[in-house]
Amino acid sequence: MSNIQYPNSEEEIAEIVGKANADATTIEIVGGGTRLGLGNPVNADMQLSTSKLSGITLYEPGALTIVAKAGTPLVEIEKALAKEGQHLPFEPADYRPLMGSKGEPTIGGVVACGISGPKRFQGGACRDCLIGVRFINGTGDIVKNGGRVMKNVTGYDLVKLLAGSFGTLGILSEVSFKVLPLAEKTTTIVVEGPAHSEAIAALSKAATSPFDPTGLAYLPADDKAARVLIRLEGFSNQLEYRAERVSELLQSFGTISRLDDKQHLDIWQQVRECSKFAGRAGSVWRVSVKPGDADGFLNRILNEAELEYFLDWAGGLIWVFACDETLGANGGSAGVTTILRNGLSGIGGHVTLVRASDKDDVANSFQPEAPGVAALSAAIKQQFDPANILNPGRMNASQVKAG
Amino acid sequence: MSDISMPIPNVHIMNERSQIIDRLLSELGEEIVIHDEAETIAYECDGLAAYRCPPLAVVLPRSTEEVSRTLKLCSELGLPVIPRGSGTSLSGGALPTADSIVIGVSRLNEVLDIDYDSRTITVQSGITNLGVSGEVSGNDFFYAPDPSSQLACAIAGNIGMNSGGAHCLKYGVTTNNLLGVKMVLMNGDIIEIGGGHLDPAGYDLLGVICGSEGQFGMVTEATLKILRKPEGARPILLGFDSSEVAGACVSDIIRAGVLPVAMEFMDGPAIIACERFAKAGYPTDVDALLIVEVEGSPGEIDEQLTKIKEICQRHDPAVMRESESAAQSDAIWKGRKAAFGAMGQIADYMCMDGTIPTSQLPFVLGRMQEMAKHYGLEVANVFHAGDGNLHPLILYNANIPSDLEKCEAFGADILKLCVEVGGCLTGEHGVGIEKRDLMVYQFNEIDMEMQLRVKDVFDPQWLLNPAKVFPIDITHARRNNNHQYKAA
Repeated sequence: MSNIQYPNSEEEIAEIVGKANADATTIEIVGGGTRLGLGNPVNADMQLSTSKLSGITLYEPGALTIVAKAGTPLVEIEKALAKEGQHLPFEPADYRPLMGSKGEPTIGGVVACGISGPKRFQGGACRDCLIGVRFINGTGDIVKNGGRVMKNVTGYDLVKLLAGSFGTLGILSEVSFKVLPLAEKTTTIVVEGPAHSEAIAALSKAATSPFDPTGLAYLPADDKAARVLIRLEGFSNQLEYRAERVSELLQSFGTISRLDDKQHLDIWQQVRECSKFAGRAGSVWRVSVKPGDADGFLNRILNEAELEYFLDWAGGLIWVFACDETLGANGGSAGVTTILRNGLSGIGGHVTLVRASDKDDVANSFQPEAPGVAALSAAIKQQFDPANILNPGRMNASQVKAG
Repeated sequence: MSDISMPIPNVHIMNERSQIIDRLLSELGEEIVIHDEAETIAYECDGLAAYRCPPLAVVLPRSTEEVSRTLKLCSELGLPVIPRGSGTSLSGGALPTADSIVIGVSRLNEVLDIDYDSRTITVQSGITNLGVSGEVSGNDFFYAPDPSSQLACAIAGNIGMNSGGAHCLKYGVTTNNLLGVKMVLMNGDIIEIGGGHLDPAGYDLLGVICGSEGQFGMVTEATLKILRKPEGARPILLGFDSSEVAGACVSDIIRAGVLPVAMEFMDGPAIIACERFAKAGYPTDVDALLIVEVEGSPGEIDEQLTKIKEICQRHDPAVMRESESAAQSDAIWKGRKAAFGAMGQIADYMCMDGTIPTSQLPFVLGRMQEMAKHYGLEVANVFHAGDGNLHPLILYNANIPSDLEKCEAFGADILKLCVEVGGCLTGEHGVGIEKRDLMVYQFNEIDMEMQLRVKDVFDPQWLLNPAKVFPIDITHARRNNNHQYKAA
């Protein structure tokens, strides 16, 4: 697509969108362009990049708050925070290896896609840390909601609505976050050996202990033995205490060992970025379930097809991979999506297709909502973007603009 | 009465009161309908007791299905509905109008499921906040949001107002601990959003429902996150000669990478009142007192308190008293927890609830004392310092007719100041009627219009808690276009 615009300000975005709304010109929104493969494909008349809206506009470490323009590279924010010993507690992930994309991830893209990493189950999601937004709606109005303070119940919380709306409700121009101090020290305990049912029990045991793990993942056996990973954080002098307690707690589940600092950082980067399935031909899904339902779900789906998987969020997030051969035997990405969604029947949760092996084989990346809920979502889209010009169809394939 | 006005009750509804009550009784049954004026008066106000008005009737459903039938009937007749939890709102969120039906969730108080493996509890929404923690306390779990009213307030109201508490710096507010709801829309439709799993498949409707002040629907069931209790907790009491220094100390503690579970701040007038009332052993010759509590293993607690004491020393504290026993911890908290009662003994008061960036703390506290002089009223401050959520208590005498007006004008000035320095009108109490007319200081017309359009989606008739949150002139057209009473 050659028609791409680079507005320099919120006002310029508003002008472009206002005109597009009048002309019924559809717009695909681009931050760094590294996550455009997420969701259903968008075939729009033009692209609008937020990359020129860049820079941290306010950072108060003593107030645990940072505000940045939407096109600010994520790495710039992470560097500024690290300098003060702070971080974004939802642990945003870089999906370039997984999606095979290039470019520089932006903070606006992270928010629009609602990307949260391994710490999500303990430290909250992107939407939990997001305390304010400025955005341009589908008619070209500049709207603000929330602000720069972490406790704020003034009016409705549109901040949450915008997080994870994949650009379909508005074009983000500025975002504010609550940040937190980085732990002095972190470490990983490994329990080697257990199969998935036992592993899920081990994850639960760690999650329900008072030692507050910040990462709980399970990598099933491949060329290495199966591993339960428990990430702990704390003060340098105190972390050993937690590590010992957790090791005692889990010793009956397998062989306990500790990762050195480099292995520790590497393994959590792999979990965060889903490296296991990066660079391999096939499709990738994220399945969100109640951790207590993970075992039952896995038992069902592993019976149905040759699938690979690993667990994050104490069992609440299941990353699933189907190689091209499995896709071929099961009706492609759409067929495997159905198998996974059927696996959730009676237990709740949802399945999102993250990366399709064949880009034309995408039916509905996001799991359709129950009719009553879907009607509310559709009505909200209508209120924010009445002409359906912003990322049409990205979240709901049936909303693709005709013609 | 004072400045905040409610819409004039619909004359047709008032004229047909008895026919409406007959319809309610015949369709819903007399077991759940209250219409005797001697009884409806119990529902005339909430925690903002300066404003009172008994509703036309009260319905207390026993199930989600009864809530659905009640809302459907009200929707068909075009009757305004005031959802009510326990009625502890400090902002008038549950204040009725004379033409409205209050629907209370007080009979919905069952625990439906506890799942320790998933760390969730599912309850009916009439259960109290403390009741939730009570259910899981025996297994060393708790529900984190802890508003001061937690003994009485219902989960339904916590969700409506997105309630906070003293421990949110570490654990977040209601929205960060809410995983799913069953909700009845105004037309009677029952929907389920979220559940035990994390994050939605589509738009985050749960996020916008939480804090919508009963204007989107009635939540009848909720799935909440429960957490394992830490091994222990211990507070330290820090006294300073000025609020400015105390504020700087708060900021330095946070910057040093210590994340206390609570950091409570009291200024001079609050310290004196609390000490007189609770005899907690607070020093009364300091201008600012901080209660800082940390959690963890004994070693972790010691290490955090050592760090805090080091930082505090740099600010030349007048008092630094670490708790050495459970009894001392209780004493340190006793005064703080008695603060509102202590104030109530001295005078009538209005509790405000703005949030400011913590860097603005010294400036705002100074400005507030100047305003107090201007209005000739006293103000005491007890608040959550770590997150900048202020609770100025303005003291007044309800027997002096002009005092409430003066108090409200003073309160409004404080909240405008909060917005001016980059904060907001309300951190955890909600807008209700109390801050409704101040919304224009924080939001422009477009900002509010986008919010109103979300209400249009959930409640196209504009019957649910209609005259709250937004200035009534702004919602007038919506309320009157849609809000058409049909003869009972």
